[in-house]
Amino acid sequence: MSADTILTFRNVNFGYGPHKVLDDVSFSVKRGEYVGIVGPNGGGKTTLFKLVLGILKPHSGEIKLFGKEPEETRYRVGYVPQYFNVDRQFPINVAALIEAGLLNHSGFLPISKKEAKEKIANVLKSVYLDGYQKRAVGELSGGELQRVLIARALVSDPELLLLDEPTANVDPAVGVSLNGLFQELNKDHTIVIVSHDIGFVSSSVTSILCLNEKLYQHDGSKLTPEVIESLYGGHVHLVNHCHHCHGEENDAD
Amino acid sequence: MLTDPFLLKALLAGLLISVACGIVGSLVVVRRLTFITGGIAHAVLGGVGVALFFNIAPVWGIFISGQLAALILGIVSRKVKRYEEPIIAALWSVGMALGVLLAALSPGYQSDLMSYLFGNILLISHLDILNVVILDAIIIIITSLFYKPLRIVCFDEEYAALRGLPTNFFYLLLLSLIALTVICVMRVVGLIMVIALMALPPTMMLRHTNRLHVVMLGSSIISAALIAAGLLISFRFDYPSGATIVLLTGFVFLVKTFISELRAKA
Repeated sequence: MSADTILTFRNVNFGYGPHKVLDDVSFSVKRGEYVGIVGPNGGGKTTLFKLVLGILKPHSGEIKLFGKEPEETRYRVGYVPQYFNVDRQFPINVAALIEAGLLNHSGFLPISKKEAKEKIANVLKSVYLDGYQKRAVGELSGGELQRVLIARALVSDPELLLLDEPTANVDPAVGVSLNGLFQELNKDHTIVIVSHDIGFVSSSVTSILCLNEKLYQHDGSKLTPEVIESLYGGHVHLVNHCHHCHGEENDAD
Repeated sequence: MLTDPFLLKALLAGLLISVACGIVGSLVVVRRLTFITGGIAHAVLGGVGVALFFNIAPVWGIFISGQLAALILGIVSRKVKRYEEPIIAALWSVGMALGVLLAALSPGYQSDLMSYLFGNILLISHLDILNVVILDAIIIIITSLFYKPLRIVCFDEEYAALRGLPTNFFYLLLLSLIALTVICVMRVVGLIMVIALMALPPTMMLRHTNRLHVVMLGSSIISAALIAAGLLISFRFDYPSGATIVLLTGFVFLVKTFISELRAKA
């Protein structure tokens, strides 16, 4: 494995009971890359993230994160879950939510309260939510909550960012602004993004992995109708669109 | 009326109990563990029955059965999630059945069992009050010490696990705290009504703050006020104290929820 390779899947198989989810999946992610994983719902995208993080174990094959077992090195990863999994009734404000990203293995803050406050303020600035510390999680819009979850992932200064469907259920304008944020974060972080939104992913990433049980890797961000057709298993009509224009069609058909 | 030593002792006990109720009840509500709390509460009755049958101090039966139920539920919900609900149902009903049967086989203890089922704070002893003080201290120390990890485990357990936190330990700790609180509260309102006093005051507080410790503090104050008011009413009109406290809590909860919904729509 090259020193620049931070994530490797080698012939990984995984399934839930008799249902196979990943079939002989192999790929690698190099430092500084911005990788998009696209595919239909139930195609194994979120499962793949859970394997990267060591929450699930592969039935066969090998996964290396920073050259070691995922459980040993996952603290170097910033994981951003889908925001609609967050309990918005929970009595917690933005600062307390982000602070969770700073807790050590025992659940305590390894730095002083003052340092933690500074880090939280800085990371909120970086996601353009300056001064949001005391806002209740339940008061935030979908796009704001998504940014707060990104801030929680960033506050521990991770080397790899895993983003799970960051544009799902946010309006197109928010999607465009998140796209800009991810491009900026990619200057300092390796990013792997999972999305069903092929248009969003193809416009931003450096390489695309197409996942529907099997995995197809493509260098660059070009997706042909043939590739998408093989991924979704039906006739696909590709519509070119302007991804950075507000108010215009934003998804590939 | 306020000079009556029975009432004063009951008010003191109620005040102490509301601390445990407010703190742990808040965690129960935000982590959505009311059904599990009901299971633990009813399993405790089995422990009371065993203690009465073998003529041991019921407090030991209560303590051991409460902690055992919490441990069983904790392990089952971690290891074989699909059995969680059936196990709660089993502990709930089998615990009660065991308590009723063993109490029936222990002559002269029927009234004792009724006091555990429906509570009777006016009969609370000095030893009971001392026990509640100790339990309050344990709950305050543990939640102060582990406030941040408990909050994040309740809010987003998957993320807490990814940060390397021992989530199973904190989950079992939480269930153990619930069992301790159930033991406190059952002296006041009894096992059957324990859920109302643990779940309703924190739910009333949730709309008013985005900080968990404020929910805990506010719930403790609301519980104290409701227990005190319920006690005074029950003492004045000679009503059963536990039922009066729970009915009052339920009534205030309904009125509060109705007003909040009206305001939200306005």
